[in-house]
Amino acid sequence: MPVEPAPRAPTARSASRLRMTGYAALQVLLFVPTLLAFVLCAVGGALSLVVLGLPLLAIGMPLLRWTAQRHRVMAARCLGIEVPPGPRRTPPGEPLYGRLMLWARDPMTWRELAWALASITIGFTVSLAFLVLFLGIVTGLVWWYGTEPIMRGRARLDLMFLAYGRTERLEQRVAELTETRADVVDHAAAELRRIERDLHDGAQARLVALSMSLGLAEEAFATDPERARALVNDARTTTSAALTDLRNVVRGIHPPVLADRGLAGAVQALALDLPLPVEVEASLPGRPPAPVESALYFTIAECLANIGKHSGAGNAWVLMRHRDGILQAIVGDDGAGGADPGAGTGMLGVMRRLAAFDGTMTVASPVGGPTIVTLEVPCALSSPKTAPSSVSD
Amino acid sequence: MRLVLAEDSALLRVGLTQLLESRGFEILHAVDNAAALDEALADPAAEAAVLDVRMPPTFTDEGLRAAITAREARPGFPVMVLSQYVEALYARELFASGTGAVGYLLKDRVSDVAEFAEGVRRVASGGTVLDPEVVAAVMARRHEEPLERLTPREREVLAQMAEGRSNAAIAQRMVVTEKAVAKHINAIFTKLDLPVDEDDHRRVRAVLAWLRV
Ligand SMILES: Nc1ncnc2c1ncn2[C@@H]1O[C@H](COP(=O)(O)OP(=O)(O)OP(=O)(O)O)[C@@H](O)[C@H]1O
Ligand SMILES: [Mg+2]
Repeated sequence: MPVEPAPRAPTARSASRLRMTGYAALQVLLFVPTLLAFVLCAVGGALSLVVLGLPLLAIGMPLLRWTAQRHRVMAARCLGIEVPPGPRRTPPGEPLYGRLMLWARDPMTWRELAWALASITIGFTVSLAFLVLFLGIVTGLVWWYGTEPIMRGRARLDLMFLAYGRTERLEQRVAELTETRADVVDHAAAELRRIERDLHDGAQARLVALSMSLGLAEEAFATDPERARALVNDARTTTSAALTDLRNVVRGIHPPVLADRGLAGAVQALALDLPLPVEVEASLPGRPPAPVESALYFTIAECLANIGKHSGAGNAWVLMRHRDGILQAIVGDDGAGGADPGAGTGMLGVMRRLAAFDGTMTVASPVGGPTIVTLEVPCALSSPKTAPSSVSD
Repeated sequence: MRLVLAEDSALLRVGLTQLLESRGFEILHAVDNAAALDEALADPAAEAAVLDVRMPPTFTDEGLRAAITAREARPGFPVMVLSQYVEALYARELFASGTGAVGYLLKDRVSDVAEFAEGVRRVASGGTVLDPEVVAAVMARRHEEPLERLTPREREVLAQMAEGRSNAAIAQRMVVTEKAVAKHINAIFTKLDLPVDEDDHRRVRAVLAWLRV
């Protein structure tokens, strides 16, 4: 969810006043490129029906994007907020026609055009008038008191055009949610298929064998007690194997240690099962919601499994903490590096699972190492439960 | 020997009671929840306990916690913990709760009645019994001190010791003489810097060092 931008710490008054004056100067200078971009786009758009306009658009649009982005940044700085997201990126290597279509479909394009018009008229006037104020000695006083209201006014005007509106943000969010929901449904269906197959090939098959052994033993008791004993012994071995299968299935669905000890304890348990020393450090004052906890657990399990399989590392570490409403987990190793989520299915799978909770997974893994995987999921922690002191590794 | 038995599944509780009684144990209290367990463990007549990890009210690890608490109140109180699944993490916590007289086994191991009863006896007399699955997991961490100092053969012997086998049983399993086993064990004691004292305690200490507790 594009969270409402948090106000930044207010900067020193005079400094920001000077900086705003600098912005005004820059905005006056940017008048020409903005005007040019607007004219190119307007004329190019009108002529695009007869193809002639396309080259004009190919120059005008990037120029418009560029000046708009400069203003977006300046406006955000004036208001002390985060820079709102700009237009959607066009994939590299997209042919001109495809790019134009993408631009046309992005509401930001139309916003920027409208903005350009406003910018070369009202905006320009405001910035210029303001600069004149600054230059005049008599009007210095006005400059002293007027900078902030005037420039903030202009900034708001710019952002009115240059930031996605509420509806558009909601539309984007809906698109995102639709996609992650489809992923979650796919994932759940695949999981169920996997569990069904595991049970069918494992425990179920063994129970069939078990009942056969017992049936044969029952018949053999009267005639051949020695053979009956051997069959019962077989049956016991098969039972053990079936139980092992069931345990593995359960671990794959919801590991008991996660239920018992929460994320920190369960990751500690994972670390103990790895053939290299793994340092686990967790400062989680409570437990995240169960689905988030489970997704994070399986993601960390995948990262640790990868370290065991691919990294050749001598040491690994896991760090977990919760701050500013975000649960962050960092899994690192001092191995060979070169991890590429695109090269397998493991990391991509858990990434999709995290995405359902607006979670992200970032992989930094230069060749030669180290590999550092950062997981972030926005969530609240439930009130602290008395957790047993975990043994540090 | 008088035991406290805690297991919430009635089927298993009855089964375990029959099994242990058939092997000469006396079941002093058979309980099915954490509160009743605490009460039963406070009975001074109890000589050892056989506990399930997961029990009401929260169905998490109250059996394990009860075991650790009981051993704090009565140091060296023998406890055999049973579970549907084993974790090296829990083994470490359990083994850290005082030297020896601890067992940690998968419930399936009960199917080998003789070995299970022998395990309970071993624990009651101060020894340790660790499930082969945990042993295998710890074995996989062979790069670590102090395991690194041991030869593969010595590690194998140590693993068997952790599972609670006697020298004779180890010798039989590894198809070597008992004397050879004793030699390996001495080498292990030396490499792990275990001070000379009564043999059984050194065995337990070796296992603890190996679990890194
Ligand atoms: N910690 C790591 N150090 C070095 N390389 C890594 C690391 N983690 C992953 N890789 C590389 O990145 C690739 C992708 O990993 P990913 O988990 O997606 O697939 P995988 O482990 O090969 O297969 P699986 O689908 O079974 O997980 C791996 O094939 C491996 O080459
Ligand atoms: Mg993988």
